[in-house]
Amino acid sequence: MKKQFIILCFLFALSVEFTFAVEQRFPRPDFESGYVQPEPTSPAARAAAWQYIDIAVLILTLSLSSWLVLQRRSRNLIFTLMLFSLWYFGFHRQGCICPVGSIQNVVAALFDPAYAIPVTVVVFFIVPLIFTLFFGRTFCAAVCPLGALQDAVIVKPQKIPAWLNQVLGLIPYLYLGFAILYAATGAAFLVCRFDPFVGFFRFGFNEGMFIFSIIIILIGMFIARPYCRFLCPYGVLLKWLSMLSKKHATITPNECIQCHLCADSCPFEAIQIPTPDKYPGDTTRTRRQLYLLLALTPLIVLISAWSFSNLSVLLSREHYIVQLAEQIRLEDSGQATSITDASKAFRGAGATTQELYLQAAQVQRQFKTGSWLLGAFIALVFMMKLIYLQFWRRRTDYEPDRANCFSCGRCYAACPKEHERLRELQGVLYSEDI
Amino acid sequence: MKEADEKPVHRRQFIKAGLHTTAALAIGGLAGMALSKSAPANLVWQIDPDKCIQCERCATNCVLNPSAVKCVHKYAMCGYCDLCGGYHRPGTKNLDTAAESQQCPTGAINRTFIEEPYFQYTIDEKLCIGCGKCVKGCGSFGNGSLFLQVRHDRCVNCNECAIAKSCPADAFVRVPANKPYLFRGGVAGAEPPNPLSGEAS
Repeated sequence: MKKQFIILCFLFALSVEFTFAVEQRFPRPDFESGYVQPEPTSPAARAAAWQYIDIAVLILTLSLSSWLVLQRRSRNLIFTLMLFSLWYFGFHRQGCICPVGSIQNVVAALFDPAYAIPVTVVVFFIVPLIFTLFFGRTFCAAVCPLGALQDAVIVKPQKIPAWLNQVLGLIPYLYLGFAILYAATGAAFLVCRFDPFVGFFRFGFNEGMFIFSIIIILIGMFIARPYCRFLCPYGVLLKWLSMLSKKHATITPNECIQCHLCADSCPFEAIQIPTPDKYPGDTTRTRRQLYLLLALTPLIVLISAWSFSNLSVLLSREHYIVQLAEQIRLEDSGQATSITDASKAFRGAGATTQELYLQAAQVQRQFKTGSWLLGAFIALVFMMKLIYLQFWRRRTDYEPDRANCFSCGRCYAACPKEHERLRELQGVLYSEDI
Repeated sequence: MKEADEKPVHRRQFIKAGLHTTAALAIGGLAGMALSKSAPANLVWQIDPDKCIQCERCATNCVLNPSAVKCVHKYAMCGYCDLCGGYHRPGTKNLDTAAESQQCPTGAINRTFIEEPYFQYTIDEKLCIGCGKCVKGCGSFGNGSLFLQVRHDRCVNCNECAIAKSCPADAFVRVPANKPYLFRGGVAGAEPPNPLSGEAS
């Protein structure tokens, strides 16, 4: 009987150790009952047409946001558009791909010869940068789903000390540097892994991230947009471009009357107040400090670069190949306490240990160069910040700080000139209840 | 008079305009470099079944619960065995559909009689959690017609796939979205795992 034959085959199969699945260990049956073999289903991935819709929505929301911020000047409409973006890019698209994370795809495309970046991702990376270069951070105002989620939970924003604001503001540079290093070496996409909001968008968290997400949201109730201000690596690029932008949101629609009413309206502390007429400090001393800082910069950059390049072995441990090579080395020298799934898979796949070691050495060389550059970049950012603080510019009006202003439009309503403009728009020149 | 008509160019404005142009060129350059390495199709995650070692991380590490990874049955490779390494727990005495006889922790495999002595095994994807216990059993004792695949009606296509990151066999690859499956034994729509294959060149 065939039944017994199959059981015999089964017992035979048990006695032989297979490393590879041999095809058709059991012959294909000849069916006599007219049975037709079904084909396995293969549900399609998201249709290509959708990615063009995503791009269209991105460009539309950015255009609308820029118009609302610069021309229409309506906080309510900006907020409404922000909620739409939160729904579309956040809950509908479930957070991927977002411009913040696309930095890593672009870096991977530039460094990894095997990675071909989808055109959509390039567009998502580039378009907000272009808009920022012309209109300021209107992307942050009403398009970014991460910013929108934080903006929506602001309850009672508190002021934090200026020095703390400056120090925490350096973290995004650090984060950007590490994200680029890890994406360029193919070790990890850190920005995506530590994205605190994507879990809310898809109602699923990885272990550990849930606590981090909740903490960020709770902090965000009292310190407005903590991720945008003190973590977001894409924000670094937007800061630079916003400082150079052709146009930017203004607090007053025409002229500033120095009434000070707007100063407290910004929950992000991005309004710069007018300065005294003359530099309040000692000019000679400041100049001396500036020269000292300029002279020290190359030295500190080199020291930092050297220190970081010494950390490269530690940093490279995140890379899959380095981890695997280390495990195989430990196993082969008898020092390993246990055998991992990864080493079993490696030995099953039939590649030689020598090849693996060569690959790991290659990755570690990349990390050596990368962490040298990372160290230099971090020190340079730190020194540039110190140098920038030595400069003093006379300011007569209340102005948004172009680097840190999210163009959210909260300050419009604080300006008496804005109220005048709105009344004129309505044809009412004077009203009792200003 | 002539001098008064001309708008004076301030040093600060001049520097800013210069930096603005530089930034625009930098963005353009970056876009150009990225586009020269781009593929028209979107990329999605998939498991290379030949690399998969059924470590069961697919069931636990996906951001979705249950996982976007499910077991797929390639019927054309199946031996339709009565004693199925994928269906029955090793050492089971009764070749029946009792829970204690089954490999699958969620009872997601349906065993139906076709004709003597053949049985068809169908995956109920609603119940499947992608643990790969059946895949291991089928691969060790049978034809290997069961294998794990990322199902694209469920996958949200995270930029850093949490399972890919923890996969000990490095079996996760990015494949073009128009050919998103890597089925065993060949099927229309399957491609070798090369992310550049979506490129027109």
